[in-house]
Amino acid sequence: MSSTTSPTSPAGILPEVPRLPDRLVDQLAFPPRQTYKQMVVAFKDSGFETCSDLCAVDYLTHPGRALPDGVKAERFEVVVNLLSLSMRQRVRIRVQVPESDPTLDSITDVYPGTDAMEREAYDMLGVVFADHPDMTRILMPEDWEGHPLRKDYGVGRVPVQFKEAPGPR
Amino acid sequence: MSDHEHHDGHDRGEDAQTEEDAEHKAFEQEEARALVAETSEGAQELMPRRTTSAGELRQEVGAVLRLPEGGFVNPGDIDIERRDDQTMIINMGPQHPSTHGVLRLMLELDGETVLRTKPIIGYLHTGMEKQGEELTYVQGCTNVTRMDYLSPLHNELVFSLATEALLDIEIPPRAVWIRMLMAELNRVSSHLMWMATNGMDLGSTSMMIYGFREREMVLAFFEKTTGLRMNHNFIRPGGVAADLPDGWQDDMEVLCDTILTRSYEYDELLTGQPIFRERTEAVGNISAEEALALSVTGPILRSTGVPWDLRRTMPYLAYDKLDFDVIVGSYGDNFDRYSVRLNEIRESIKMIRQITEMMPPGDYRVQDRKVTPPPRARIDESMEALIHHFKIFTEGFRVPEGEVYVAIESPRGELGCYMVSDGTSKPYRMHIRGPSFVNLQALPLLLRGGLMADAVAVISSVDPVMGEVDR
Amino acid sequence: MGFEDLQHNFLTGRIEDLVKWARRNSVWPATFGLACCAIEMMSVGAADYDISRLGMEVFRASPRQADLMIVAGRVSQKMAPVLRQVYDQMMEPKWVISMGVCASTGGMFNNYAIVQGVDQIVPVDVYAPGCPPSPETLLHAILTLHEKIRTGEITRRPGTSIPPGEQATGGWVPTVPDAVRVATPR
Repeated sequence: MSSTTSPTSPAGILPEVPRLPDRLVDQLAFPPRQTYKQMVVAFKDSGFETCSDLCAVDYLTHPGRALPDGVKAERFEVVVNLLSLSMRQRVRIRVQVPESDPTLDSITDVYPGTDAMEREAYDMLGVVFADHPDMTRILMPEDWEGHPLRKDYGVGRVPVQFKEAPGPR
Repeated sequence: MSDHEHHDGHDRGEDAQTEEDAEHKAFEQEEARALVAETSEGAQELMPRRTTSAGELRQEVGAVLRLPEGGFVNPGDIDIERRDDQTMIINMGPQHPSTHGVLRLMLELDGETVLRTKPIIGYLHTGMEKQGEELTYVQGCTNVTRMDYLSPLHNELVFSLATEALLDIEIPPRAVWIRMLMAELNRVSSHLMWMATNGMDLGSTSMMIYGFREREMVLAFFEKTTGLRMNHNFIRPGGVAADLPDGWQDDMEVLCDTILTRSYEYDELLTGQPIFRERTEAVGNISAEEALALSVTGPILRSTGVPWDLRRTMPYLAYDKLDFDVIVGSYGDNFDRYSVRLNEIRESIKMIRQITEMMPPGDYRVQDRKVTPPPRARIDESMEALIHHFKIFTEGFRVPEGEVYVAIESPRGELGCYMVSDGTSKPYRMHIRGPSFVNLQALPLLLRGGLMADAVAVISSVDPVMGEVDR
Repeated sequence: MGFEDLQHNFLTGRIEDLVKWARRNSVWPATFGLACCAIEMMSVGAADYDISRLGMEVFRASPRQADLMIVAGRVSQKMAPVLRQVYDQMMEPKWVISMGVCASTGGMFNNYAIVQGVDQIVPVDVYAPGCPPSPETLLHAILTLHEKIRTGEITRRPGTSIPPGEQATGGWVPTVPDAVRVATPR
């Protein structure tokens, strides 16, 4: 991946996917895991000063989503939204992360603002980011088991019943 | 913790440490350990320097830009003059008097100077993103509106915009302008609330009372229009829930005049006051490069000199038709953030006046019966209306497959919604990018080198709302 | 206090009235604002819905100095031990108002993250429903608490048997005097 990519044609695979309404057309990129970080660095060098958002999605119950040719669908997807202030543009990077090895490179040395976002993706979905300075849970208690936003983790709904208030103190 | 219990033991002299004393002391220490263990969050807390990795130490001192190439920093290099036993790690627990919700801060102090900071969040985690997957798109607004509870209409707006983008529908102009009016009013009330709590944190109780007094005027209008003072569920996919009440232009005139006049009173109370200036100028400095590296947005970014306001640079709704200024600071300190917010109140008032003049007539929600419910009166007359009403409120409307990221400018920064739809009536993944969640990462940088008293002022000027931090 | 062994009689009645009057006219709340309800609680403390007229405008930061804990907002799993610790640090006599539906029953968040009702952690005296309860509702809850203090016992008397039907409220049946008979909040 060369770093002299022009901002209108990001390095990597630019897919033929169903387009969104014009106002919100984002450029989408689907790099493989190995070259994900290089692509992020390339975008940063070509003018995307800040990372708006990093989140992860669990596609366990929706495997048949639209993806470009050559991109193999995996269970987890990490979605990074970059923003360029100078060009007033956004770009979205979607990386497939397999269930058998849910790890991905951390981009906190490229964009330090993704530190808390990656911790949340780990806490909620179990995607581990290699070389992250502090890979611990952030929203749940430290001794919590399980990753709540995964599709095989129940909501935890308590059946509603009318009960008497507990007795006097 | 149990030292004070044994002062009488020391008085007794040589044989102070009797067996009973030693046992009692051991018991007390065990109790203290158990008490701490109940609320301890293990690895999420700030650990002594010798047990913390280099990368984490860099984060805790806010060394955002000074990242070495291929980085391995000797932990001893950080604060090398102060030994471990000369510093103190204290906890500003989740329950503390500064009214910024349940934020827990662990600080390493050298006397009164802050060296390292680690915010620990999650004390208000509500599982809203998971809950969002269980609720339909119609019900979704009730869920997201409680995230940033100081500007609930903005949360509803971003959720509705994301849903409408996936549905690919156009909403009528009047609905757009009503949404803008509500959003700007919410910005005014949120900034007034901020000024109230910021004043309180700096010691000015009068500012607290003034801020709430003004805010009550805005909340009274909200109650008239939406039915509730907070958490309105008013801006829904397809438009808004109801039209504006009669006489709203007069209400807006009174509101604008009053709040504008009183904002000049705040200048007298705070801006010119020497103690306020001393306490806020050159405190909590952040530079533009550091802010962009940390993905900080909103008044904090604008106070560093970067004129980035999504209403101007990537306009949504009809903001490109309004005439307003983007307020920008110079030094990125507390005082600049205060000025930015105070002047944003005045700009919002200006915008509200323009919206009042330019409000178009028409429908307040899109007429597509598959998306918005029919008027209640029609249900008695038409079978089709009844069926549509039933379907919308039980199953909800189906949204075509796709994914979208929409961002708006909330009073705290860039509020984004990343929504994935799988074709059913419930979102497959609804992720909200909360500006406060990201802005809190700037705290170690802002607090480093300052005094403990400044810590409270700085946290207040970052304006975190824990509802959207923890979701 | 030594009153546990005394029977109610004419002499102690007067003293008890005095004690209860003193207690209910200066109930100091501890700051326990968690979420949206905290904002409404602050509104109650501000000028329009002043609780200073009830002697309660001093929100004590330290639980040692507070009498009342208004749990305002949703209690998450991480916050629950902290809530209990703060409650334990308060001195007797202490009361708890559960403000809002999230604190009372978990509210609209029936999921893994929220404790379904703060009465699973601390004993609650008054529940104030609403999402968020408007300041008038909170004032009504506070006045109800004042009534409970006025008509209640000044110390807990262990071993007093309470009929099963009244077990939940500890034998206290609300008498709603005119002072508390406010209109339903709009």
